[in-house]
Amino acid sequence: MMVHGEIWTIKELFVYPNEYVYWSVQIVLYPFMTGLVAGAFVLSSLYHLFGIKQLKDMARFSLVFSFALLPAAALPLQFHLMHPLRGLNVMMTPHFTSAIAAFGIVFATYAAIVAAEIWFVYRKFIVESALALKKKTGKSLYEQALQLVYSVLTLGSYDVSEQALHKDEKAITVLAGIGIPVACFLHGYVGFIFGSVKAKALWSTPLMPVIFLASAIVSGIALCILVYIIATNLRKFFAADSAKKWIKVDLVAVQTASKALVYAMVVALTLELLDMVFRGYTAVKSWDILREVLFVMDFTKIFILQFGIGNLIPFILLLLPRMTIRRAVLTTSLVLFGVAMMRWNVIIGGQINSNSFAGFMHYNLPIIPHDIETFKEGLGGVLVVFTTPFILFYAMNKILPVFTLEESHE
Amino acid sequence: MINRRDFLKSTGKGIAGATLTLAAYDFINPGEIFAKRPDIRQTRWAFLVDIHKCVGCGFCVKACKNENEIPYDANVSRTWVERYVITKDGRHFADTPKAARDGFITSKIDLGMGRFQDIKGGEIEKAFFVPKLCNQCEDPACVQVCPVGATYQTPDGVVLVDGTWCIGCGYCINACPYGARFFHPVTKTAEKCNFCYHRISKGLKTACVQACPFGARQIGNLKDPNDPMTKQIKTKMVGVLKSEYGTKPHVFYLGLDQEVI
Repeated sequence: MMVHGEIWTIKELFVYPNEYVYWSVQIVLYPFMTGLVAGAFVLSSLYHLFGIKQLKDMARFSLVFSFALLPAAALPLQFHLMHPLRGLNVMMTPHFTSAIAAFGIVFATYAAIVAAEIWFVYRKFIVESALALKKKTGKSLYEQALQLVYSVLTLGSYDVSEQALHKDEKAITVLAGIGIPVACFLHGYVGFIFGSVKAKALWSTPLMPVIFLASAIVSGIALCILVYIIATNLRKFFAADSAKKWIKVDLVAVQTASKALVYAMVVALTLELLDMVFRGYTAVKSWDILREVLFVMDFTKIFILQFGIGNLIPFILLLLPRMTIRRAVLTTSLVLFGVAMMRWNVIIGGQINSNSFAGFMHYNLPIIPHDIETFKEGLGGVLVVFTTPFILFYAMNKILPVFTLEESHE
Repeated sequence: MINRRDFLKSTGKGIAGATLTLAAYDFINPGEIFAKRPDIRQTRWAFLVDIHKCVGCGFCVKACKNENEIPYDANVSRTWVERYVITKDGRHFADTPKAARDGFITSKIDLGMGRFQDIKGGEIEKAFFVPKLCNQCEDPACVQVCPVGATYQTPDGVVLVDGTWCIGCGYCINACPYGARFFHPVTKTAEKCNFCYHRISKGLKTACVQACPFGARQIGNLKDPNDPMTKQIKTKMVGVLKSEYGTKPHVFYLGLDQEVI
């Protein structure tokens, strides 16, 4: 009879009989997706809160995309539970000494803030759309449904006077202001979940929350730049010929966001290296086995894939002058790959060494599923989590268009 | 349209009604129940393993699996026995094939990944067996991290799991430094040794203690000075596993070697 974790764990040397890689690929995705959410929101706030005008076009996009990413951040948790239907127990009997007991509350608070901010940003558009559809005669079924959606979304507030819109602006600034600490808390909290597990040598460091937060901002900014460029080009591809010349990627916005990316990367990299140097220098009991994990077992994954391809190369590409769109695409793709590898190396890497400090566990990602478990915690589950935000973003974009033609003229 | 007076009136009625209904429920307070059972406060279950006496027969593992309905062939177990071998040329080995369910019947050490290392008797400097089980810690990391409170500590010191409320997140499994926890292959909930709580609370010994032919395992009440196990812990030199994690384990070992990990 197979035990949970047995199918993807290979044990080497002396490992306790009950030890397996219990937190698999879904728990790698969980901090990765939450990181994207937090990072995307921080990017949008650079415009809404700090008034970095060059980011105007990208700010609205990041905000909506951040919201679309939210369900995908909770999905991995649901996928990895052995009893997914009991997931709500966390809300019913939260046991607050546990670092994950408050996740639902923090997550819901953050979702409410992002939803409210989106509502204020789009309020004028929602009201105008609702009124326009109301006036229209001979509506199709789709338009009738759309009218209902917009009417509900107005929440009964049809006031779009200059004064009211000014108040909206203020509300957006306040929400963006509250949103940043909450987004940071959301992700720092995810880091705390791992950092506080004293039994796992690699995770157990107070730096974990800040390391996670810094890399979250890196990944979020990179994803927004990348998806913004791809989405703009797709829009251009499908647009009418007359409109094509108006649709173009805002290079200044990309360059400004790239600068923010450099700063975030410096912080993230410094913290990660500090952690490693400190462990080596203090060399407590666990260092012997950690050294084996870091420099032998996971050498390629950490030093070639994560630090080399995912950090060093994009860092050089970012520092070279005259950033181009193509270079931005390559750079951000590499950065995203690097952050994904970092999550992998922390979550899976942290479970490589047995608590006996005398053996190792190797994790093999199930590719072809043969039951629900190998689907959820295998490649299938990964693909579901990765595609969800794009489907949601597509659907949201139908109701709340992120790109509008008139504004591209400005 | 409802006016303010009516609104306040009906709200008041609603709140009063809801309060009365809720008051009918008698909330169970664990503290009250334990106060009615003073015996439970006078007990602190603990375990003593005499490493000198263990021969690695695995009877304890078999008995435990049968008693606690852990599937016999599943590669998990509430208790297990480890074999340590240190050779004359200074090499260290440890293994626990199938949690030592069938005992140690070969001189080949299991190195994992299908590899074995045969060590001849003449090469051995020191070798011994170490039974392991849940340490029923005083400050259990597993209880701290459970997000729903499905795992908890009883007033007499045993950590239990409520299998009907466990969501199966695995946080407790990763938090335990001893590797005592796992997912039950049938119920899919967190599972661990509970000192056979159903037996000890009725005055019986645990299944493993009863099955051990050499008296290597003992269970007792640390708060009872006349308990034979307690007497030994108090008068002899005993050690615990991994005290550096600050969990205050309550499985004590006689003859614990520094090699034990």
